[in-house]
Amino acid sequence: MKDETPILQVKQLHTHFFSKSGVVKAVDGVNFDIKPGETLGIVGESGSGKSITAMSIMRLIPSPPGKIVNGEVLFKGEDLLKKSEKQMRKIRGKEISMIFQDPMTSLNPVLTVEKQMIETILTHENMNKSQARERAVELMDLVGIPESRNRLKNYPHEFSGGMRQRVMIAMALACNPEVLIADEPTTALDVTIQAQILELLNKLQKELGMAIVMITHDLGVVAEVCDRVMVMYAGKPVEFTEANSLFANPKHPYTWGLMNSIPKITSKKEKLEAIEGAPPDLRALPQGCSFAPRCKHAMEQCLTIDPSITKVEESHHVRCLLYEETEKVIST
Amino acid sequence: MSTLLEVKDLKKHFPVKGDSLFTKEMKTVKAVDGVSFTVNKGETLGLVGESGCGKSTTGRTILKLVEPTSGEIYFRGENITSFQGEKMRKLRKEMQIIFQDPYASLNPRKTIEQIITEPMKIFNIPKRDRNKKLNRLLDVVGLSSYHKVRYPHEFSGGQRQRIGIARALALEPELVICDEPVSALDVSIQAQVVNLMEDLQEEFNLTYIFIAHDLSVVHHISDRVAVMYLGQIVETGQVDELYKNPKHPYTQALLSAIPEADPTIQKERIVVKGDLPSPSNPPQGCKFHTRCPYAEEICRTVNPALKQVSTGGQQAACHFVKEVVEEY
Repeated sequence: MKDETPILQVKQLHTHFFSKSGVVKAVDGVNFDIKPGETLGIVGESGSGKSITAMSIMRLIPSPPGKIVNGEVLFKGEDLLKKSEKQMRKIRGKEISMIFQDPMTSLNPVLTVEKQMIETILTHENMNKSQARERAVELMDLVGIPESRNRLKNYPHEFSGGMRQRVMIAMALACNPEVLIADEPTTALDVTIQAQILELLNKLQKELGMAIVMITHDLGVVAEVCDRVMVMYAGKPVEFTEANSLFANPKHPYTWGLMNSIPKITSKKEKLEAIEGAPPDLRALPQGCSFAPRCKHAMEQCLTIDPSITKVEESHHVRCLLYEETEKVIST
Repeated sequence: MSTLLEVKDLKKHFPVKGDSLFTKEMKTVKAVDGVSFTVNKGETLGLVGESGCGKSTTGRTILKLVEPTSGEIYFRGENITSFQGEKMRKLRKEMQIIFQDPYASLNPRKTIEQIITEPMKIFNIPKRDRNKKLNRLLDVVGLSSYHKVRYPHEFSGGQRQRIGIARALALEPELVICDEPVSALDVSIQAQVVNLMEDLQEEFNLTYIFIAHDLSVVHHISDRVAVMYLGQIVETGQVDELYKNPKHPYTQALLSAIPEADPTIQKERIVVKGDLPSPSNPPQGCKFHTRCPYAEEICRTVNPALKQVSTGGQQAACHFVKEVVEEY
């Protein structure tokens, strides 16, 4: 799997929002690639730019006020940012699909699930209506919705939260996409249902071989499903590595902070080690490293020098001055 | 340790309209259906369960923000179930609540000073004391006195939750019901608020009922835990014992479903089938039998009662756990 060429490459992506009170640098220099059949996790807190990264790939940034000011999104070698809206529409939902956090607001409440699914299928595939309906039944079976033929006639509100998310996944998979972007797909669900959905995604990926970009704030979900992880803070990636090495050997102080602030059920500590302070205002980022004001390990130069990405180990990259002097700087 | 709160066979049934448009047939949603527990002074009882299990309704019924259908609530040994009006209002001074959504629970048109001093005004605390108290409250929750004149929208989620906490503590209550106080917050902020709540508990000798769906947070903060499913407590016990050795199949499934932030842990996952049944039409017998991997005939007909399953006070409601009789 390692030697395969990436299906999706994001290079130097910058997405900014131009608001009255200033420029919000929501995504500020994101690089990653993903290979077929791989799951890449993007982790971060609210406002870290993880969802905007996904929306930028899909070209769904509302403009104005948003604008992708720089970067490339290479899908099978072609830059999506240079495509026309018409070309993009052929890709969205067919080659790259997306599922969202809240299935209730992303499904149309006044149409039956059948109508919505058939619409997706007919838009992209050369099928007639009854073939599309059969395909819809097939998809409902695939995602484990019982009595699929009858359930197709239901409206979204007649499904439970977990079932609705299954419907969303079925729709996203309608045209066998090569990349599935899952934006917090289990955040709104209860843990037992979350376990079902994660298992389902895992099974589907094995069967269909698509690449998954999993956006989440939950390091537990990352540990469970991801091969590689990118940790984001204030619009920038701060650490990028394989999932196992992130948990075994985290390098960035922000990652340390995140890991220490989650209570663990296997051991009990007297006190949680919280990260002090709050994330910065993206309109007025501090000079130097964005995390420096909250960092326990901040040095004097952290307040003035914005660190570049340093390779600390094979396929382990960190944006932190703690590592910069000793290692080779690979990009600025 | 003395008992501060005792709840006996508490029930809250909500009438809802039936499915048919043309008949006046009413259904009932049994949100809380026979819950009993005690809370000791100074301890934290965690109330966990998935959405719709009745944990929030239990909290609100104790405060009598919703009137219980039946059952008894004893606060400091006194039966408060029938308390009404002025008598109940006075008692609320001793029992406060912190809400989940720090955006919806603060009045956007009031300054922080007005929000925090409001409960003191209602209970006729003189103005001079109010100011002194306000400054102290802001200080203990980690806000500064210049925040007083600001409005809620000027604060981040974590700060708003601190304001909610300050308001809950304004009248020096004994019991604080925390209804998902950290669920809306980012993990790094969540840890700050959890730490703050622990510090305040120590400083003011508070008793918490901590309602949450996040099992790891509950594990961290609670002394004892009660696990709820469809309006009933299915298992309860000391936090360490219950997490290490869960007896009820639902607790086992719930614990095994938490994604652990460590890929080296290979967990034997019990994935329960299906969805939570509707509380307006709960299954007969044991309410969990429709999703339970071990369900047998008896589970479909008889609803098991809580029974002692360890010498440490752990109780579970399942036909297939062995009862442990305490030896004296």
